[in-house]
Amino acid sequence: MSIATAKQHTETATNCYHCGDPCESDKIVSDEKDFCCQGCKTVYEILSENELCNYYDLEASPGQTLKDADEKSVYDFLDNEAIKARMLDFSGDNYEKVSFSVPAIHCSSCIWLLENLDRLNEAVIDSKVDFSNKTVTVHYHSEDMNLREVAEMLDSIGYAPLINLDEDGDRKKKEATYDRQLIIKMGVAGFCFGNIMLLSFPDYLGLTGIEQNYQSFFRYLNVLLALPVVFYAGADYFVSAFRSIRQRYANIDIPIALGVSVLFLRSFYEVATGIGPGYFDSLVGLIFYLLIGKWFQNKTYRSMSFDRDYKSYFPLAVLKKEESGLISTQVTELVKGDEIAMRNGEIIPADAILIDDEAAIDYSFITGESEAVQQKKGDYLYAGGRHTGPMTRMIVQKEVSQSYLTRLWNDDAFSKEEEGRSMIDRISKYFTLTIIGIAVLAGLYWQFTNPANTWLVFTAVLIVACPCALALVTPFTSGSVMRVLGRNKFYLKNASVVEKFSTVDSVVFDKTGTITHTTNKAVSFSGDELSDQEKALVLPVVTGSTHPLSRLIKEFLGKPEKEYLPESFTELPGKGIDAIVAGVKVLLGSAGFVGAEGGQEAGLTRVYLKIGSRIRGSFAIRSQYRDGIESCVQELAKDHKLAVLSGDNNNEAAALRQFFPESTAMKFNQSPESKLREIKTIQEQGHGVVMLGDGLNDAGALKQSDIGIAVTEDIAAFSPASDAILEASALSKLNQLLRFGKSSRKVIWASFVLSFLYNVVGISLAVMGVFTPLIAAILMPLSSISVVFFTTFGVHLFAKRFKLS
Amino acid sequence: MSVILILIITSIIVALLFLGAFYWAVKSGQYDDTYSPSVRMLFEDKKRKKTNNEAHGV
Repeated sequence: MSIATAKQHTETATNCYHCGDPCESDKIVSDEKDFCCQGCKTVYEILSENELCNYYDLEASPGQTLKDADEKSVYDFLDNEAIKARMLDFSGDNYEKVSFSVPAIHCSSCIWLLENLDRLNEAVIDSKVDFSNKTVTVHYHSEDMNLREVAEMLDSIGYAPLINLDEDGDRKKKEATYDRQLIIKMGVAGFCFGNIMLLSFPDYLGLTGIEQNYQSFFRYLNVLLALPVVFYAGADYFVSAFRSIRQRYANIDIPIALGVSVLFLRSFYEVATGIGPGYFDSLVGLIFYLLIGKWFQNKTYRSMSFDRDYKSYFPLAVLKKEESGLISTQVTELVKGDEIAMRNGEIIPADAILIDDEAAIDYSFITGESEAVQQKKGDYLYAGGRHTGPMTRMIVQKEVSQSYLTRLWNDDAFSKEEEGRSMIDRISKYFTLTIIGIAVLAGLYWQFTNPANTWLVFTAVLIVACPCALALVTPFTSGSVMRVLGRNKFYLKNASVVEKFSTVDSVVFDKTGTITHTTNKAVSFSGDELSDQEKALVLPVVTGSTHPLSRLIKEFLGKPEKEYLPESFTELPGKGIDAIVAGVKVLLGSAGFVGAEGGQEAGLTRVYLKIGSRIRGSFAIRSQYRDGIESCVQELAKDHKLAVLSGDNNNEAAALRQFFPESTAMKFNQSPESKLREIKTIQEQGHGVVMLGDGLNDAGALKQSDIGIAVTEDIAAFSPASDAILEASALSKLNQLLRFGKSSRKVIWASFVLSFLYNVVGISLAVMGVFTPLIAAILMPLSSISVVFFTTFGVHLFAKRFKLS
Repeated sequence: MSVILILIITSIIVALLFLGAFYWAVKSGQYDDTYSPSVRMLFEDKKRKKTNNEAHGV
């Protein structure tokens, strides 16, 4: 313990005590502890005030960084009765119970803190964490506390709840009941499997003399035990097979359903006529293994949500103007013509027209690029823009579901889901037909040579060729692949993505947010250092502007000693700002605008400053490339075609050229639609495309591409719907990850060959008519188990080879 | 009825009781979250302790 704490101490000398992120030059020291930002310090103070510092003892630096959480979320909408009723699990006399989804839950410290909320607020009766689902359930006295306060309390300690509108809650509950059902089915199947094996032993070993009296008793008991497995635990396969027949395509569940029915009927027939013990052991074992495979697949990916769509972005409620004043209203209830009021930092929920004089709208959610747009009275505002500044009024033009953003989302690229019938389904079609063909032929042969064997052989072929191994290969391989990738911070949406890796030979990057950081831009000043007085003169100029560069310069300048108000202020779009502060003329903008000499430099944007008549120098703003992007690109370039699609201007083309190879296609000033079209064009040339993007403006392209990867700093944060989510820190390993993904196909094929060999041996024996129940009983589970073992082992072997495990 | 039949039937009935217990356990949500209970039991009991901050040697 003492060594551990000592180590912890040396670490905290440079890292934030709360979140463990490295503290930069502006670290804050409080209580002899270092913090990277004000937010982390505040959380620490709240916790230490309430004697909750145990939080820091359970795990070192358990917190989440609050550096980027500059805008406080607004939870006012939780005062709305309709929303409240929807959120609450239970509400009684001075007692309410609510479950929040909190993506930040990640360690035992989180559990401890969130289960000690009663120390933070007396009104909390009890709180409980569900770690697997990342939810916290809070019971509280509703007279002393309301729902909004609960959400705000969680937010204040760095565990902001994620609140979704819509039937999301219902879906979660449905998933939970489905999971429970699957576990119960597994339990039933496992129970029956064990007992049937036990009761089959006498038949395996052969019964003699007096024991034969019990034979039919054992066999009928087996029939009884098999019933719940076939009709309850295995019911999903029948349902799915039936559905796929109705839609006229063969999925993997058809041979399974066929095999199960043949096995069951044949076994029942054998028992009823007393000619044999049937194959109940194999039948039940098969269903048991299949259910395990399914559970394994589900389990890997439960906590991740990939379908967070535009709705999870939107506020649940906005302030709507009614006769009685501003009322918090659910966004789904908005209709054309409603007047709404947006506060600072809120997101516009539906297309609207501005009725106040001015507003600054930041569309970076939609376009991904940091451009706050100055809007005038009467301008059309698109849903998804973030309003910054004082409260502004606007008139809703379209309902939420018909807005620009929603339409972008519902672009035709959506149809992708449909076409993706997996490899295994395609194979299984031929598999099914071939097996039925062989069974019929063999049956016919025996009909003419030895009719006694006909039905035995016919069913034996179907039984032994039952595609259990085939059905298990993909879930187990993809499951293992997904887990290995997940450990490397690359999360796939589902198993079918694994199969697509092999078709990919082209990688397309978005620029801002993917190749470059969105937040971490370095600003420096070249020229003689600015005096405090000069800084004080520049600050009001940049404060008055909403241009993203002005905001960066403002942060760079920090807090001045004196504060001025500009006497005059003119902002010329695309050029700069002309202002008079404390009687001094201040010009800030492009080289041409202030009259300085300047050229184009790679990767740099310069903003020139002129105070009075003197050109003081320039602010250089460098966009920073993500760590490891260079090596990543060079590795990828070896066997992929690369391209860059950016919504930005081509300022940085030269800088990008430095590490992107000659052949890379680069396109700038791309709209979301043109990105989508570009991907389509590449695909039409016969390439499989991986698209990496981060913003909603990439959403269409991500959907259109074969594998759309959303790059994000924080997997719990919003990312557009995609096939996979890649944590930004793992970007440098992209090539390894892709190659590993491709190698999974080899494992699948090898397993197919293996199970095919089993089938050849089994079918040959069956066709020859030398098949006994004992061989079937051994061969079938053995092939399943060996396939499971083989795939898991194979995947980990490849993981080791690509240094990913 | 011979003793072996009684034994088998009894054992299956006992096993069914356990299956029933499993069913109840799943239905009552005991399998929903398998991680937090394992951590929760290691936490100190929930009591308001005012003077216990140094006890952890940090």
